[in-house]
Amino acid sequence: MVEIDLNHLYKKYADGEDYAVKDFDLHIKDREFIVFVGPSGCGKSTTLRMLAGLEDITKGELKIGDKVMNDVAPKDRDIAMVFQNYALYPHMTVADNMAFGLKLRHYSKTDIKKRVDNAAEILGLEEFLKRKPADLSGGQRQRVALGRAIVRDAPIFLMDEPLSNLDAKLRVSMRAEIAKLHRRLNTTTIYVTHDQTEAMTLADRVVVMSVGQIQQIGTPEEVYQNPRNMFVAGFMGSPAMNFFHVTYKDGVISDGKQVTLKVPEGRSKILDAQGYNGKEVVFGIRPEDIHSEQAFLDTWPDATVEADVVVSELLGATEQLYLKTDASEYVANVNSRDFHNPGDHIKIGFDINKAHFFDKDSQMAIVAEPIPLESMD
Amino acid sequence: MQSSQVKRISSRHSYLVKGKRMSTGSIVLNYAVMIIVALISVFPFLWILSASFKNNENMSSIALITKHMTMVNYSGLLKFIHFDKYLFNSIVITLGGILIDIIFSSMAAYPLAKMKFKGRGFISGLLLSTMILPASASLIVNYITISRLGLLNTFAGIILPGSVSAFSIILLRQAYLAVPDALYEAARIDGASELRIWWSVMLPSVMPTITTVGIMDFINKWNAFLWPTIVAQPSHYPIATALQSLNGQFTYKFGYIASSTILSIIPVVIVFMMFQKNYLQSISGAVK
Repeated sequence: MVEIDLNHLYKKYADGEDYAVKDFDLHIKDREFIVFVGPSGCGKSTTLRMLAGLEDITKGELKIGDKVMNDVAPKDRDIAMVFQNYALYPHMTVADNMAFGLKLRHYSKTDIKKRVDNAAEILGLEEFLKRKPADLSGGQRQRVALGRAIVRDAPIFLMDEPLSNLDAKLRVSMRAEIAKLHRRLNTTTIYVTHDQTEAMTLADRVVVMSVGQIQQIGTPEEVYQNPRNMFVAGFMGSPAMNFFHVTYKDGVISDGKQVTLKVPEGRSKILDAQGYNGKEVVFGIRPEDIHSEQAFLDTWPDATVEADVVVSELLGATEQLYLKTDASEYVANVNSRDFHNPGDHIKIGFDINKAHFFDKDSQMAIVAEPIPLESMD
Repeated sequence: MQSSQVKRISSRHSYLVKGKRMSTGSIVLNYAVMIIVALISVFPFLWILSASFKNNENMSSIALITKHMTMVNYSGLLKFIHFDKYLFNSIVITLGGILIDIIFSSMAAYPLAKMKFKGRGFISGLLLSTMILPASASLIVNYITISRLGLLNTFAGIILPGSVSAFSIILLRQAYLAVPDALYEAARIDGASELRIWWSVMLPSVMPTITTVGIMDFINKWNAFLWPTIVAQPSHYPIATALQSLNGQFTYKFGYIASSTILSIIPVVIVFMMFQKNYLQSISGAVK
């Protein structure tokens, strides 16, 4: 059983003016797969490195199990880490790379061999054990880096953008492999990425970060369906959520031009109750909640606008339409059976039941009950 | 001239040399100058080589090949002086110096490159500044130090001063800087101590530079001449210095000086030929 407590961690670099990480507060459960996600420079890697002991903690307390770890050396934290650029020892063979940590911990030769062979089997590296890292492909190197973590049998895995040096196709297959590995080893894993797809597909819980602060903690569904603020709404999901600056008045939102839509009663009640009647709000809608099929347009005539197709990208099953209505530009993800060419003038419908509303100043979601930073389950 | 370097192109009198268009005339001129410079540089060596095979009568002849070529200078030299003893001295002094330089400069350079501590930049700057001083400026201080330590006329006295060079430290520091920090961090997480990280991870990563330092040391230390004459008696002289003493004793035996010069540079030539590529790379890398 390993639980990790990051209690109000702060990090300030000697040459930095502001905190790189501010008030990072998180409890990680045993065997949980946690993903820190955010744009570069948001403090996610710094937080992971504080956890690993590679960076000092400026303020706050880090506990692994019951022990405070702030001043414990990395080797005594019982963690294994996978680095973005693999960090394999170039002069050692694959087997020696994996065995290095075990040798330092004085494991017996037979035990080392057993563990290395076992890891090599799990990762399909048996035939490469005698090779040097320079003779391996990127994907194989990343497997060795994973193997080096596996052999240690450490209760905590830290992964710092482990897939970002791989090409797109390999990234997808390695992603699945990491998920498989986690199910098999059941190790508490903390994974850092800037790729929201990796976060969505791998995580038990996602920690969305921006400018050194946690924006929201929740399951992938929670942060996707109920984003706490505009940053989370815009960051999670690809393509990103569309935002419109509109004025809300008497159950209708309008950008003063064509985009004039009726807000369903349930949502308008919340907006009214919180005093937004007559005020400007931000209306957010995901690309997949914008439709072009006739059936939808017929059912929801109040929720349609006319738009010009600027660019259309056929992705296979779906098609991404870059649309323009008056001054507003936005993206729709529609079924590719409804193919449209650039320059087409079409009618599209907004599924307003799926809409999100945000305060234009605080950028927080406007909902009946404020969404907590960390959802309680 | 290799065909890959020079390519005939459309015009009759112009060629492409390493991507630059040159006329036949300028190519001829270029090569003529290069050949002349090469001949001027290599002539003294060829002359000494030739002199070592001449007898006393035609020693002063400028011709490289004369009628009476002989091995007498070599056989005479080996009978006359303890060439093997000076060879042994040279080997001890050179290998001792190389070993000390590699051990200490590779240890000194590491923290300067990879550890954060106060005054790191100052120490690096201080090291760099010692390179401005000419070696002869330190002769007196070194002599006093060695004499006070009671190391006059010992191998240690010859080897120690100047064995660790600031240049080696700076060269190695650059090599350590090029090793990714993630390697160091991975080793820390793997459980390695600082010393172990240096020995098992960092040192193997800078091996090419250590080889370079070794070669440069070999050439410098093998040819070291002045210091041993100051600090030691002839019994401890390396070959280069011993040759100088020949000069005084055998003013008319120039053939011995020639033959011993040839014998003494054979190891340097062998080492240089073996590691030529590495050596040239490091020299061009060092001034980049």
